[in-house]
Amino acid sequence: MKKKYSIASIVKNSFSNNERWEKMWRNPNPKKHYDVIIVGGGGHGLGTAYYLAKEHGVKNIAVIEKGWLGSGNTGRNTTIIRSNYLWDESAYLYDHAVKLWENLSEDLNYNMMFSQRGVLNLAHNEHDIKEIKRRVSANRLNGLDTMWLDKNEVKDLVPIMNTDNLRYPVLGAAYQPRGGVARHDAVAWGYAMRADELGVDIIQNCEVKGIKTDNYKVEGVETTKGFIKSKKIGVVASGHTSVLAATAGIRLPLQSRPLQALVSEPIKPVINTVVMSNAVHAYVSQSDKGELVIGAGTDGYNSFTQRGGYDVIEETVRAIVELYPIFGKMKMLRQWGGIVDICPDASPIISKCDVEGLYFNCGWGTGGFKATPGSANVFAHTIAKDEPHKINAPFALSRFSDGRLIDEHGAAAVAH
Amino acid sequence: MIIIKCPYCGERDQSEFSNGGEAHVVRPNNPESLSDKDWGEYVFFRNNPKGIFYERWVHSHGCKKWFNAVRNTSTDEILKIYKLKEKRPEITEFKNCLKSPSGEPKVGSGNFTVKK
Repeated sequence: MKKKYSIASIVKNSFSNNERWEKMWRNPNPKKHYDVIIVGGGGHGLGTAYYLAKEHGVKNIAVIEKGWLGSGNTGRNTTIIRSNYLWDESAYLYDHAVKLWENLSEDLNYNMMFSQRGVLNLAHNEHDIKEIKRRVSANRLNGLDTMWLDKNEVKDLVPIMNTDNLRYPVLGAAYQPRGGVARHDAVAWGYAMRADELGVDIIQNCEVKGIKTDNYKVEGVETTKGFIKSKKIGVVASGHTSVLAATAGIRLPLQSRPLQALVSEPIKPVINTVVMSNAVHAYVSQSDKGELVIGAGTDGYNSFTQRGGYDVIEETVRAIVELYPIFGKMKMLRQWGGIVDICPDASPIISKCDVEGLYFNCGWGTGGFKATPGSANVFAHTIAKDEPHKINAPFALSRFSDGRLIDEHGAAAVAH
Repeated sequence: MIIIKCPYCGERDQSEFSNGGEAHVVRPNNPESLSDKDWGEYVFFRNNPKGIFYERWVHSHGCKKWFNAVRNTSTDEILKIYKLKEKRPEITEFKNCLKSPSGEPKVGSGNFTVKK
């Protein structure tokens, strides 16, 4: 790994007015044939290519992205990282990711701005308390650092929160100190840079139009830059995964919906942790620039518009203002939407399928960012070995026929 | 935000309605002879096209009646609304679509219902 960035490089480049920084990755034309093609240049896809090259020694890899790197949900999420999921399978998967996050800046020599500032999940009624305490206990049995905080402890952590004088008072919270936030662009760029160094071809502005199969075997992908042959194809295209799967004759149990987020004007530091509330649907954190990053809910209908309805934001902002009256007069800077692929049990699918050489990493729904390194790591294993890693084996497509669902609707913070 | 024309009440804001997912999904009438895979298909798998989608809506904050709609999910444009007892209309084309090479609208090209 080349050490591209250091204090010395910053000083050196300042003399040339920061105009001569080395390009982070090449921009190659696609070859005719690759050993593995990854469809989707977000964090999960680029990470998969990186781990394939680094840990499994695969040489001839391409990542094909229809826009620019991280232009999909990698650049649209609210950057929250945590692993406090209920079931064992999820706890292992998401905590595998958190453990990788903890060393990712070092591993890639690229600053992820990973900040373990803790994540709170608020309880607003008796049922919430029971559900969250159950989840805290389950987490602790799995060795996660989640704990239950009562109202006063929550208030100590977030003094600006209105805990009493609102329709759904705050009664307590689950707290995971190892949770936090990271810089989402850095994840895509860091993985892209290091994957490129290992010889991965990153092909941007090239849309995959379809997956060609013959007698239940993949042959390659039809793209806007021509047909590219490959015996192994990994599809990591979030909201558009089911559209691509359909071109290979595969049906996935996914529904694509817009999920919105918004940021406010920047203010001085006022909230130093991440606070999420499922019941009133409000979650908020403060970015390093000082903007409040607020996540809204999904729209109640399938759509690919990358926008979402105004009523969804209104509902979220209403809850935010009630929980934090101090934010009442703040202005919001921007709002956007991303298309998320929602699975019936709110858990992802990282799996092979009936077509030989075709692999899917999808169904992350409203919470895929936190899992980026872990998901990429086990997906690379699945593609390289043609069998799942023990962490992602339970997340197979077959769970929708054998009934071993991993129901995480309670732990997925966004109601859907 | 989209405007939906309830066949009983007229045009209303989408927030008055709830979506009921894909329309015309028929419960298999031979459950005892279905394999786990086929049964799983019926329970969990629904179409998710980028384009023409037949779906159910209910005017939950209004007349509470169910009806069907055909919507282009890439633009949110509603192409047809029909009552449950009416026959499924065959719609294969939609206008108002900026086409990308694969025939889909460009990323973020947006919601024509809003732009109109």
